[in-house]
Amino acid sequence: MDNSRQIIHPGWLRIWHWVNAMAVLVLVASGWRIYNATAFLGFAFPKDLTLGGWLGGALLWHFAAMWVLAINGLMYLLANSLTGRFASRFFPLSLRGLVSDLSDALRGRLAHADPLVYNMVQRLAYLFVLVDSVLLVASGLVLWKSVQFPVLREVLGGYEGARLVHFAAMAMLVAFVVVHLVMVLLVPRTLIHMVRGH
Amino acid sequence: MKIQTPARLAMDGDAVLKEAVDRIVFANPALTSTRRSFLHRSLTLGGLSMLTGCSLVDDSSVDNALMRVSRLNDDAQAWLFDPKRLAPTYPDAMITRPFPFNAYYGEDEVRQVDGGSFRLEVAGLVADKRQWRLSELRAMPQIQQVTRHICVEGWSAIGKWGGVSFGRFLRQVGADLTAKYVGFKCSDDYFTSIDMPTALHPQTILALTYDGQVLPPKYGYPMKLRVPTKLGYKNPKHIQAIFVTNTYPGGYWEDQGYNWFGGS
Repeated sequence: MDNSRQIIHPGWLRIWHWVNAMAVLVLVASGWRIYNATAFLGFAFPKDLTLGGWLGGALLWHFAAMWVLAINGLMYLLANSLTGRFASRFFPLSLRGLVSDLSDALRGRLAHADPLVYNMVQRLAYLFVLVDSVLLVASGLVLWKSVQFPVLREVLGGYEGARLVHFAAMAMLVAFVVVHLVMVLLVPRTLIHMVRGH
Repeated sequence: MKIQTPARLAMDGDAVLKEAVDRIVFANPALTSTRRSFLHRSLTLGGLSMLTGCSLVDDSSVDNALMRVSRLNDDAQAWLFDPKRLAPTYPDAMITRPFPFNAYYGEDEVRQVDGGSFRLEVAGLVADKRQWRLSELRAMPQIQQVTRHICVEGWSAIGKWGGVSFGRFLRQVGADLTAKYVGFKCSDDYFTSIDMPTALHPQTILALTYDGQVLPPKYGYPMKLRVPTKLGYKNPKHIQAIFVTNTYPGGYWEDQGYNWFGGS
C-alpha cells in the first residue's frame, strides 16, 4: 500500500478546520475593533488590523461570525466523539511524554515522522485551544446576553469579569495561532495534509 | 419567537405614525448621511482588503447580508428573552459615582426641557391619547432600582433610577399589549423603539428620578426609559412622545447598524 496516499485528515475535518479558521479571523479582527471603542486596557489595536470600519460594523461581523464558530464547533465536537477520533488522537496524555516531547521541541529535535500520531505537545496544545474556545463562547454569551445566562455570568465573575475572561481567552487563542503558524512554517507538509488530506 | 402576530386595531393610526417617523428620519440630513456612511465605512473592511491585495466586496451585498443576520439575531434574542428573568440589582454602595454621561452629542449640548409646560404625548395603538403632565406621572406608584447600565461601547456603570413601571403605564393608557413595538421620540431628536415583551418587563421603568433626585438634564430630564435588560442606546432620554405600533420604527443608532433588539 502506498503510504503517501494514507488519509491523515478526513474531509469533514479539513472543511471544519478552514471554516473555523475563517470564523476565528473574522471574530478576532472585529473583536479588536469592538475592544478599541473603549480600549479598557489602555492600548488600542492598529486600525488596519481590525474589521468593520466602525463599532457598528464590527459588531455586525462579530455577531454573524459567532454563529459560524458556534455551529462549526458543535459539529466538530460531535463528529470527533462519534468517529472516535477524539480518543485515538488526543488520548492518553502522559506527563513524562510531555516533558520529553517539550524538551525535544525546544531543541528543535521533535520528530514528526508519523503524521497520524500527535506528540504530547500537540495533543496538549489542541486540547488547550479546544477548552479555550469553549471559554470564549461561554464568556461571549455572557457579554451578549448577561441577564439571560445568570449562572454562567456569576461563574465567570459577573458581567465585567466575563469581559476580562473574553479578552484573556482571545489573547490565548491568538498566542496558539501564532505558535501553530510557526510550526506550520517549520513543518510545511502539515499544511498540505490539512488541504489535501494526505 | 415570542413577539405575537398583532391584531391590527388601528391601521390608519399606524400609517400616520410611520409617516411622522419617516418625516423625522428623512428630513434630518445628518441621519441620512450617517446611514450612507455606515454602508461606506463597513465596505472598507479595515485593513483586511489591503492585506489580501484585493477588495473583498465591491457592492453592498455584504452589508445587506450582515443586516439580515442582525435581524435573525433580533429573533434569536426575542426567543431567548425570558419576561420573568430579572437583571441583577445592587446595593447603593456599588453605584458608580459620578455616573458617566453618554449621548450622540457632547455634555455641553444637553437639552434643557421646561418641566412646567412639558406634556408627554401618547400615540398609536392606545385607547387614551391624552397628554400627560409630569405631576400626573409623579402621582402614580413609584418604584426604584439599582441596576447595571451596559453600553455597547464596552463599558458598564451602576446607577439608581426611580419612576413609574412602564407596564403599568401602558396598561393605564389602554395600549394594545399585543402590538409589536413601542417607539420613543425625544426632544434631543433621538429616537428608538423596543419590543412589547421588554416594555412589559417588571424592571422596565419610565424613570423620573436618578439617585433619589429629580432626573437631572444630563441624565434625560424630564424622563427616560430605563431598561436594565437592554443596552444603553435602548434607554432613550428626554422622552417627548411614546407610540405603540406594529410598524417597525427603527432607531437613531439602529438605522446605522446597531442591532435593533440590543438586549442583554
